[in-house]
Amino acid sequence: MTDKITIEIDGRACEATPGEMIIAVADREGIPIPRFCYHKKLSIAANCRMCLVEMEQNGRPFPKPVPACATPVCAGLKVQTRSPKAIEAQKGTMEFLLINHPLDCPICDQGGECELQDVAMGYGRDVSRYMERKRVVMDEDLGPLIATDMTRCIHCTRCVRFGAEIAGVRELGATGRGEGMRIGTFVEHTMAHELSGNIIDLCPVGALTSKPYRFHARAWELSQAPGLAPHDALGSNLNLHLRRNQVLRVHPRENEAINETWLSDRDRFSYEGLYSPDRLTSPLVKKDGAWQPIGWSEALQLAAARLKAAGSSLGTLMSPASTLEEMYLAQKLTRGLGSPDIDSRLRQQDFRGDGTDPLFPWLGVSIAAVERQQAILLVGSDLRAEVPLLAHRVRKAVMDQDARVFVVNPYRLDLTFPAEQFPGTPTANLGDLAAIAKALGVKAAGALQDLIGQAEPASPHQAVADALRQAERGLILLGALAAAQPDYTLLKALGGAIAQAARVELGFIPAAANALGAHLAGALPQVAPGAHEPETVGAAATAMLAQPRRAYLLWNLEPGHDLVDPALALKALGQADFVLACVSHRGPSLEAAADLLLPIAAYTETSGTLVNAEGTWQEFRGAVTPPGESRPGWKVLRVLGNLLDLAGFEQDSSAQIAAEVRALCAGLSPGNSPRGEVKASPAFPASLWRIGNVPLYRLDPLVRRAPALQRAPGAGCFRVHLHPDQASALGLAAGDEVLLTQGEASARTQVSLSEAVPPGCARVPAAVAGSETLGVQIGPISIAKA
Amino acid sequence: MSFRSAPLTIPTPPEVKAGLFTPEIRAAIDAQVAKYPAEWKQSAVMPALTLIQDWNGGWLSRQLMDDVAAYLDMAAIAVYEVATFYNMYDLEPTAKHKVCVCNSVSCMLNGSEDLIHHVERKYGVKPGQTTADGRFTFKEVECLGACRHAPAVLIGHSYHEHLTPAELDKLIEGLG
Repeated sequence: MTDKITIEIDGRACEATPGEMIIAVADREGIPIPRFCYHKKLSIAANCRMCLVEMEQNGRPFPKPVPACATPVCAGLKVQTRSPKAIEAQKGTMEFLLINHPLDCPICDQGGECELQDVAMGYGRDVSRYMERKRVVMDEDLGPLIATDMTRCIHCTRCVRFGAEIAGVRELGATGRGEGMRIGTFVEHTMAHELSGNIIDLCPVGALTSKPYRFHARAWELSQAPGLAPHDALGSNLNLHLRRNQVLRVHPRENEAINETWLSDRDRFSYEGLYSPDRLTSPLVKKDGAWQPIGWSEALQLAAARLKAAGSSLGTLMSPASTLEEMYLAQKLTRGLGSPDIDSRLRQQDFRGDGTDPLFPWLGVSIAAVERQQAILLVGSDLRAEVPLLAHRVRKAVMDQDARVFVVNPYRLDLTFPAEQFPGTPTANLGDLAAIAKALGVKAAGALQDLIGQAEPASPHQAVADALRQAERGLILLGALAAAQPDYTLLKALGGAIAQAARVELGFIPAAANALGAHLAGALPQVAPGAHEPETVGAAATAMLAQPRRAYLLWNLEPGHDLVDPALALKALGQADFVLACVSHRGPSLEAAADLLLPIAAYTETSGTLVNAEGTWQEFRGAVTPPGESRPGWKVLRVLGNLLDLAGFEQDSSAQIAAEVRALCAGLSPGNSPRGEVKASPAFPASLWRIGNVPLYRLDPLVRRAPALQRAPGAGCFRVHLHPDQASALGLAAGDEVLLTQGEASARTQVSLSEAVPPGCARVPAAVAGSETLGVQIGPISIAKA
Repeated sequence: MSFRSAPLTIPTPPEVKAGLFTPEIRAAIDAQVAKYPAEWKQSAVMPALTLIQDWNGGWLSRQLMDDVAAYLDMAAIAVYEVATFYNMYDLEPTAKHKVCVCNSVSCMLNGSEDLIHHVERKYGVKPGQTTADGRFTFKEVECLGACRHAPAVLIGHSYHEHLTPAELDKLIEGLG
């Protein structure tokens, strides 16, 4: 069946695979066939009937036109897409589709880019023969992201199929019948799925449109520029839609290897944060506790003088979403001043593996290969919140490959595919992994000796071991919640040992858009540019805060939200002589900590390179000019370098900087094998663990300022989530006011009960309003009634 | 994927299912589920809804539809789709008896509209309404598949065919 056949479409010979649908062949050949319900990533519904074509096989014509989307090709096939019979059928369908359509194009957001409008131009009549009353459908409130005008719906069911097949959550359905049929949720509720925005793109009419973009512009006023998503480690490809130097909306740019045709809601709607009132538009200096504007040259002179004074007592903390160019220049600056202390692993507290960890770790497999895995062990990752489209790839593996997924995480995940979960405290997570390792017959040695020695594998652990061993393609993925654990080093070592014994790949999910790039640019204390070993190993993020430095350089982060231990960070920054923050947004914790704020351009306003989870270098260019006096980050660093008389700051463009890094990285390929034996012993078990997950829409300063996303369920809220048993053991009930204490840090909040959190854990989200005064993201906590 | 090979399932733990409906109803649903392949449990949604509707006195509440969804490991919206599509399911409380007059093509050509107008005049109910005395709910339904002896009327679980308004009256008078 794999032999190619030749069919004829509109007189043109086309190569096709038997079983393929006619429309797929026509699309490949660039022959237009009108359609509404067909979408290459969704199942075939064949319910709009717009793609009717005339066909004949071996000279025998079919009696009726056939839908091109649901008719498989076969040898001797001749298709006519523009014959009088086909056109007549298509025109007939069009007339019926327009019967109940309101034709309110002048006030419809989809007007100008509407599939129905386009096809009606080609196939519709200018006058309708339909004289009866049109149907009206009440709109539904689907939440802050998606606007509905359900009267415009033509029942293609793309959105329904998207929910069932791609999202894995059936929120929308087609209820009623005949004229009474409508698409909706039946029971009104907010669409909470992290990929829900894709139904805006899928909707061929104006029934589902973007709420934040609503009534802002017409499609023909927009220009389009390519861009890259600046949040998760996928580096999803975007098209930025612009008008008068403003980003008005973001659409996915198809890239089968990365984001397919999809885009997560975080990447789609975070552009709103660019126009937040918090946007920093001119350099500000703190004088007597008040912020005052300062000119760029004066600001840079001041920064250079103060950084020079700090010299080797400088600590640089960078957002892992900074561009490769920014990271490279920032490390050059820091190291040039004599300080080896630069880090971009902001949410990590255990750095005991720095001496032995691989210098260029990655996802372990390509992004597209994730969907071909047969067994996946997920360690410490709330995958749907961390990398929504990677969760989609894992779901594909489960659906298409019958992959088995196992999850060892501090709380039970709400997943859209079947998975066997081992929720437990960080201590229990270690124990579960050790038990899986023992079941695989891992020889206990070194740091893992005690852990594996004491492990008692039960049948579920044996099942994980068997599934991994039997899988031809298996993968162990360590996520952000593993990286934030006090025993990350041991989790990595156990993951590596399991991967080796079961002959599967070990992979790391990078923390943000360019966390992998940090290894290439050298924005890490233990890695020099080009992923080499540095001459001097510097202090890691928490160490440079635990032993305060005289000066700090903060790059696009908020100390209250983006660091693993905000209380420690704010204390250390408060003690420093000088804190320089180069940021795109202001924020309370930043203003409390910093002495000088320099405005830098955001992801749509500058050029640069991001290296995604699979190690792909993706370049992007600025599409709009930065607001006010903001400047591209690499230019700020370049000038600072020049003012400090440091060598190697002569680049004229970001491309030159990227070329410099590329030269250093020649012949480099990522790898996850450790460089030596790790020496570490497990952290002291806590009686109650704080599990500080970062909610979906709290990942970075930009997304925290996107108003629509902040109203969506994924924005989280500051609560302590406890298992009912744990709550009653503490004498607490739902809604109780409590005082959370982590060492000297404390915060007040309310109790919320959740069966997903195992006893022994208290899930207190990080990076949300209220969490700034708390301590380490994952660590001991005590809770008392306030 | 979901619509391609197996449908989207949302598993409900067995201990939750054990608390739904009554043991007899569960056994009856299980007997229907057994007719289908294991991953096509939700094919039993129609007989399950019929069983539950009869058990609940002729109508389905949202809670009951959610329970059916849980019992068959399917999305609630998928149950709503079925329950709103077929007009033998009632989503509002009904009277004990349902008088369902078929008004599809064959019955309409053979005088079903006369039957409908007659019931409307005589008992003061429009299709979809229950009589003031609560004796029966009057429904206009899609094809009952009894075209050969149109017009057809379904009362309870019995078909009555070839009816005149007078004959329908007699049947209605005979309702308890």
